[in-house]
Amino acid sequence: MDRFLFTFFNGEVMWEYLPKILSGMWVTTYLAAFVIVTGLALGLLLALLRSILSQTMPAPLSWLAEAVRLLIIFFVDLMRSVPPLVLIVLFFYGLPALGLDIAGLGATWLALSLVLAAFAEEIYWAGLVAVAKGQWEAARSTGLGFLQTLLYVILPQAIRLTIPPLTNRTIAITKGTALGQVVAVQEILYQAYSGLSFSSNPSPLTLGALAYLALFLPVVVVGRWIETRFAWRR
Amino acid sequence: MTAIDRPILEVQGLRKSFGAVEVLKGIDFRLRERELAFIIGPSGSGKSTFLRCCNRLEEPSSGAIRVDGTDILAHGVDINAVRRRIGMVFQSFNLYPHMTALGNVTLALRLASRKSKAEATDIGQAALARVGLAEKAHAYPGELSGGQQQRVAIARALALEPKIVLFDEPTSALDPELVGSVLQVMRDLREAGMTMLVVSHELQFARAAADRVVFMEDGVIVEQGPPAQIFGDPQQARTRAFVARIDGHR
Repeated sequence: MDRFLFTFFNGEVMWEYLPKILSGMWVTTYLAAFVIVTGLALGLLLALLRSILSQTMPAPLSWLAEAVRLLIIFFVDLMRSVPPLVLIVLFFYGLPALGLDIAGLGATWLALSLVLAAFAEEIYWAGLVAVAKGQWEAARSTGLGFLQTLLYVILPQAIRLTIPPLTNRTIAITKGTALGQVVAVQEILYQAYSGLSFSSNPSPLTLGALAYLALFLPVVVVGRWIETRFAWRR
Repeated sequence: MTAIDRPILEVQGLRKSFGAVEVLKGIDFRLRERELAFIIGPSGSGKSTFLRCCNRLEEPSSGAIRVDGTDILAHGVDINAVRRRIGMVFQSFNLYPHMTALGNVTLALRLASRKSKAEATDIGQAALARVGLAEKAHAYPGELSGGQQQRVAIARALALEPKIVLFDEPTSALDPELVGSVLQVMRDLREAGMTMLVVSHELQFARAAADRVVFMEDGVIVEQGPPAQIFGDPQQARTRAFVARIDGHR
């Protein structure tokens, strides 16, 4: 037991690496925040665009719309199939070769944002499609345009439907900030792992786990609260 | 042509196909101002499709439809402006669940008619008062009974001051004890001179309140006339058979 405590809960080691872990928490926090904002926003934009492009329209325009629509679906399927770590490494080594100097932080942010956007697009899309057809008909019959109906009638209902799966997916992907460790983003896992290497004691990892808990448990709780807050009687 | 004879709705040679299935096979129909017409017929006869073509929720395959003199199928017609003059009430109410009764009634006033918030609220409150629900303005659809929801839906249509209101089986989704309140609102509208086209199975109501009853079967109008004719002395064998079948169920 003493040995277990010494290995995983070594107070001395933990104290020594606490400042590092705290600075890692800060990096994880803002990286996650940026990923959430850009990922969810881009996902929503793509879902709305896909919805707009799915309208019936006259011939030459409809081909263009169909092409863009297929492009969105291709992007979404691609981003959902590739492991985020592969994307991070690809962007980190690949983009500078294209003249785009991107740091580890940028590569991680970009990769996770795109992956979150792809999953979020599918979730939003499912939500948009799930809203009863009668809602479209009611709104259009009062003279609302397609876009007005989409934004004021359909989207608010779709968002409510999508909050539970969206919260889950967002948490899952923002936890992927830990993958930034591979490209030297100094987030929690990076700090914990280097602490482990320097001290030859895994206690910094324990501390890292606690840091993740401290960061993401509130997010999970808030997500649960939002779910109940936005539920309405049918 | 006198004012009372002015047609609000004129339909000529209306046809509608879904794929290879022709649902409407040439409908000719005129509805005069202040007239209340009932469309009856067996399910699958095309009643609802006909109604939904009148504001282009369904796109007609061919034919002509004029509403208050406007050719609504014309190329380049502003369909949203046309629809503001055609109210529609649905079987399943289709209220926006995330908005209050007042929000439901004022949304199109704000967005489509470009009224100010204060003006829209005044009109919306008046419309809700008209259907007897002034005190429910801030209730959400989920907090209202089916009958109340349908009356809010009627208020939503009325708020835009339409020339005609289309009712698509407005009482079919209601519990029997709630039907009366909706029919009362429709009776009041008739008193107020609203032009109405109603698809419904409320034959008692049709008998009592309709100016004209239209019997449809297999995508055509088989017979139309005053309720006394359609229910009491139908001229066509198919109408007779339908009315006898309905009466047999009582």
